[in-house]
Amino acid sequence: MNIIVCIKQVPETTQVKIDPQTNTLIREGVASIINPFDTYAIEEAVRLKEKYGGKTTVITMGPPQAESALRESLSLGIDEAVLLSDRAFAGSDTLATSYTLSKAIKKIGSFDIIICGKQASDGDTAQVGPGISAHLDIPQITYVKKIREIKDNYAIFERMTEEGYEIIKSPLPCLITVVKEINTPRLPSLKNLMRAKKATITKWTFIDLDIEEDRVGLKGSPTWVVKIFTPPPRPKGQILDGTIDETVEKLAKIIKDIK
Amino acid sequence: MSIRIIEEKCVGCKLCLKACPFGAIEMRQKLAFIIFEKCTLCGACVASCKFKAIELKKDQKPAPEINLGEFKGVWVFGEQKKGVIQPVVFELLGKGRELADKLNTKLSCVLLGYNIKNQAEQLIYRGADNVYVVDSKDLENYLDEPYTNILVKLIKKYKPDIFLSGATAIGRSLVSRVAVKIHTGLTADCTGLDIDPKEKILLQTRPAFGGNIMATIVTKRHRPQMATVRHKVMKELPMDAKRKGKVFIEDGFEEDDFLSRTKIQDVVEEITSTVNLSEADIIVSGGRGMKGPENFVLLEELAKTIGAAVGASRAAVDSGWIPYSHQVGQTGKTVCPKIYIACGISGQIQHLVGMQSSKIIIAINQDENAPIFNIANYGIVGDLFQIIPLLTKKLKENLNK
Repeated sequence: MNIIVCIKQVPETTQVKIDPQTNTLIREGVASIINPFDTYAIEEAVRLKEKYGGKTTVITMGPPQAESALRESLSLGIDEAVLLSDRAFAGSDTLATSYTLSKAIKKIGSFDIIICGKQASDGDTAQVGPGISAHLDIPQITYVKKIREIKDNYAIFERMTEEGYEIIKSPLPCLITVVKEINTPRLPSLKNLMRAKKATITKWTFIDLDIEEDRVGLKGSPTWVVKIFTPPPRPKGQILDGTIDETVEKLAKIIKDIK
Repeated sequence: MSIRIIEEKCVGCKLCLKACPFGAIEMRQKLAFIIFEKCTLCGACVASCKFKAIELKKDQKPAPEINLGEFKGVWVFGEQKKGVIQPVVFELLGKGRELADKLNTKLSCVLLGYNIKNQAEQLIYRGADNVYVVDSKDLENYLDEPYTNILVKLIKKYKPDIFLSGATAIGRSLVSRVAVKIHTGLTADCTGLDIDPKEKILLQTRPAFGGNIMATIVTKRHRPQMATVRHKVMKELPMDAKRKGKVFIEDGFEEDDFLSRTKIQDVVEEITSTVNLSEADIIVSGGRGMKGPENFVLLEELAKTIGAAVGASRAAVDSGWIPYSHQVGQTGKTVCPKIYIACGISGQIQHLVGMQSSKIIIAINQDENAPIFNIANYGIVGDLFQIIPLLTKKLKENLNK
């Protein structure tokens, strides 16, 4: 079975804070990490390979330094890695990004399942996974919390909904986006760490892909950011004081009034 | 496209360094310098520069392939589950009405499902001028492919200028696919929508970086302008049973349009409390300070008293105290209720990004230095095992009065 995982390198949001004086982002020392949801996609791919055999390939689009996210994926057990990096890709929105990734996936060739994280922690759009499946015209199953079984030409998934979950059967190939509940990612093994260090990463630029120039980057992106600003700070809070009875009385009144 | 620093105008104030979310600007010879390897052309620096010293040039394409003037009207996706219109639809109709009035155009709602014709009227009562109904057994439950096929055909037929959907599990899956099929822009999870008075285009404002920054996004040369919108942000209109509108029953689709390669084999409902987190007006949430699964009963009782949903921090979920479907935060759900009551939650940034846009935040925690108090409107420092039962009791008395 051939499994493709799409990941994104994101800033570690634990460290993204707002400077209260200037009201701007403090980024000093902000590390780059694999998007948290994508770590579950990587783990699920490795588990599928362990169970059914085959090959796992991780792919990302981003600046050259995104290579470190790919090496980390290899250390977690992924077999091969592809980096899509080109100035021509800069400024891509979700339409252009999913187009570029779908073209790269076509170049990789045959696959049975594509696994993406539910959404990225910086953009939070959850649009790239479904976008890739729409470009490739394959079925999509979003918010997957469990893969029940995979047979020769179909798979059965549990898809999380607001009320519970649905059991969905889909033919292969298909694309799934996964939520945290699907697994607990492992730590890198020493052997894979060594392999990841030395591995060759496949690097593709614009000319390596069969793509139209006006469909990638800022030019291929229908949506444009026209303004970025920091949200208004929350009003200063108030600690209710007094005896327990008094504070709870005050709080009950506050809740009742807002309600 | 290109970005550059206009050196004659740059005064070396470093504002752009702070504004850049990607660390792509540094100082060289006392002037701002863009590191192209890191720059994503997001434009944050352009907005931050007080001296107009940064220029972001977007290549102007020749005349767009589509005639923008052909696209008219505001559309709302009428999401239903088991034949029940979802509350977010009424919120979108409220906002959609305002946008349509600003554009002097019509507001329409598109309703896909089975035996749902009789629901069309209430959409008109809530602000729609037109309702387009597609009624078929194959649309009874949501499936990505038939819903996408039908919507794409309707959009191509009627050419709406703006298309809005709730940022629900269904909305986000469906509209992402639709936008690709009709090759237009889509902005996820908006919290603000307005019309640019000059250009008459949709200004779509949404949080990014977990709500640490806000971005306003436009779709200039593609139509429709599509957006998913967060629950509980827009105001619904009061029901007006005197409102008049038209209902169109759409047919003439092909058999293939209703086909789905994926099949739903079963639907399992497992949310214990009756209120779903995203739709809740009030959320009572518990963290590590709850000390064990048995104590969540306290939160459930409080929640029941005030009609709230129960949420949880990652710490509580990872400890196995409560199912993942209750998790609020970066790897869980993003919520913005009227009141968020955080009990025994310290307020790690991963939790805050999932709830910091709640209107009122109440924190109950033993540790007066817990970061949750920095964003709380009201806080109580103390033992939640005493406070919560007492609060439940007082609210019961209060609400019965």
